[in-house]
Amino acid sequence: MKSFSIGGIHAPENKLTADKATVTGALPSQAVVLLNQHLGAPATPVVAKGETVKTGQIIAKASGMISACIHAPVSGKVLKIDECVDASGYKKPAIYIVREGDEWMEDIDRTDTFVDRFDWTPEQIREKIAAAGITGMGGAGFPTHVKLSPPPGKKAEVLIVNAVECEPYLTADHRLMLEKGREIVMGLRLLMKGVGVTRGIIAIENNKKDAIAYMKSLVSADMGIEVVALKVKYPQGGEKQLIDAAIGRQVPSGALPVDVGAIVQNVATVFAAYEAVQKNKPLIERIITVTGKTLSAPGNFWMRLGTSMQEVMDMAGGLPEDAGKIIGGGPMMGKPLVSLTVPMTKGSSGLLVLPNLEAPRKEIRNCIRCAKCVDACPMGLEPYLFMTLTQHEEWDKLEKERIMDCIECGCCTFSCPSTRPLLDYLRIGKQKVGGIIRARNQKKVG
Amino acid sequence: MNVTLLAILSLAALGIVLAIILYVTAQKFKVYEDPRIDEVEAALPGANCGGCGFAGCRSFAGACVSGPNPEGLFCPVGGNSTMAAVAKIMGREAVEAAPTLAVLRCNGTCDLRPKTNTYDGASTCAIAAMTSGGDTGCSFGCLGLADCCNVCQFDALHMDPVTGLPVVDEDKCTSCGACVRACPKGLFEIRKKGPKSRRIFVACRNMDKGAVAKKSCAVACIGCGKCEKVCEFDAITIANNLAYIDADACKLCRKCVEVCPTNAIHELNFPPRKPKVTAQVAETIN
Repeated sequence: MKSFSIGGIHAPENKLTADKATVTGALPSQAVVLLNQHLGAPATPVVAKGETVKTGQIIAKASGMISACIHAPVSGKVLKIDECVDASGYKKPAIYIVREGDEWMEDIDRTDTFVDRFDWTPEQIREKIAAAGITGMGGAGFPTHVKLSPPPGKKAEVLIVNAVECEPYLTADHRLMLEKGREIVMGLRLLMKGVGVTRGIIAIENNKKDAIAYMKSLVSADMGIEVVALKVKYPQGGEKQLIDAAIGRQVPSGALPVDVGAIVQNVATVFAAYEAVQKNKPLIERIITVTGKTLSAPGNFWMRLGTSMQEVMDMAGGLPEDAGKIIGGGPMMGKPLVSLTVPMTKGSSGLLVLPNLEAPRKEIRNCIRCAKCVDACPMGLEPYLFMTLTQHEEWDKLEKERIMDCIECGCCTFSCPSTRPLLDYLRIGKQKVGGIIRARNQKKVG
Repeated sequence: MNVTLLAILSLAALGIVLAIILYVTAQKFKVYEDPRIDEVEAALPGANCGGCGFAGCRSFAGACVSGPNPEGLFCPVGGNSTMAAVAKIMGREAVEAAPTLAVLRCNGTCDLRPKTNTYDGASTCAIAAMTSGGDTGCSFGCLGLADCCNVCQFDALHMDPVTGLPVVDEDKCTSCGACVRACPKGLFEIRKKGPKSRRIFVACRNMDKGAVAKKSCAVACIGCGKCEKVCEFDAITIANNLAYIDADACKLCRKCVEVCPTNAIHELNFPPRKPKVTAQVAETIN
């Protein structure tokens, strides 16, 4: 079975909610819509305090090259444009909307009927996706329309749908495939037309056998789409790892996937693209997996963006008493949340509660030079060295050792028998070295 | 010829030839170094702390000697006496600077700023600041993991276990600025030491709106502007819901300290205030 070539780990899968059909969640009483749910520049609000908005109405416009539009996830009145603590633990600008009823924009098709119109031009497809404010829904949140327009001189050959969902616990993408398979295939065909490629791959990790079988039954050879089962290994769904696994090409250090002819899109993004093009529906809701071993009713829920994590948690029976840590996302790459007031964003794929017994970090012991982190690193880096160099502030050496290639997957920290916080130090090193590189580039330009 | 003599002569000849080569090379590749650099370096404290903005004492000495204008060149560790010695070597007039030291602009002790969650990651402020805003409701305040104390070369910073905040030792602090650079929240500021070490500053960096700031910390600056109004010397400015006192304009009258509703403004090393004499009492005394 296909897989990426170096490193990786096998974490307990804990996919507790794989057989739980999605449930449409309750509408929030108030939606807090963060202006920066994507990589790049925050969107600029186009509504004012006191204004009445309809569900799906644009409330903030993309500002700059890499940015995305944001739409009202509920109908109601704009209470204020203020700050709100997001998953990073810091306050970020957001639009507060107090919900009144649920009145949608008239041009949005809200029915469940499957639309297979295919007479769109590539430009129309890209424009509709940009207008719908679609961003990568796997976590990083890169604006999709930017990815679909590769820089001049670069040509994509294959579009890979990332339906790997290698993060333990999460099942949002798995459920989406089982319930919206046809729409995903249609979305992929639209995206392929939008970028101008004839080959599509849907890559699924082999622990979702039902989804693999179902997706295989939906695609045919004349579409140019192929469903590929990948070995169960974390981080199979990392962009560079996935390209390696699916088409056997390695993205060089510092290069983009399109340099090797590949564009990767998350499966939820592909579904959102279908809805944007065929149904005129902007990205205002998504599936979030609410899970944890001690939750009373874990499940997969369709929730509107901007819903507070408290309300999302209530859908799964509320926060259990022995909650030790709440994580936004999966256990490997998710962020610990400082409070449940944090709102949902376009990239919120999961909400995980770890019980008191599992949550605390273990005591940090000395490095025993076992090199398990080196074996585990899927990018072929040396995490133990990065940690020491960061502690000694040797930024130039860190850059030489290619710290910027780190994808922050957490395999090193997971594999360390001395429970050293390798990734934490790596992030500091990356931040510093990244800042130094940016300053240097600016100097060159200026 | 005698073998011994031959050996002595040939070795001597070789020695002379090599000596000539060495002399010529030394003349050709001579690097002139101002002897005053060594003198200035000897006069400096030799801490190599980087507080002056140079890589170490020697490169600071080099800058002192080569730079025509001594302005901006100041060794915060040595202070005025060192700079006077340097000026003497250079035959210049000494540049006097008011002594400075580091102040911590946060007073969110464990009692005044309740914890809202627990951080259990690696025990450094840099990582804690990156992981979340901190374990209290205030995302601007001290994280209490002592990155500043660890970088201080002069043993001038220590954590107070009761308050959970670092304390600056006035006698030891050389205002080298290492703590300013180490604090991820930018809580330290190098300020004028002030006459008799008397200083007034806003011990807060919280830029939240008043109500939000007050909710997370009892001694947060709420940006109410009372201090700005009462100040007769235009030393106080309010920006981003936060007051800032300009140490150069401040005349240490302490009026702002009295009006601050949250006690966010600190006064240090002042004598205790006299009990207020009301007009009526004053009359009876007279």
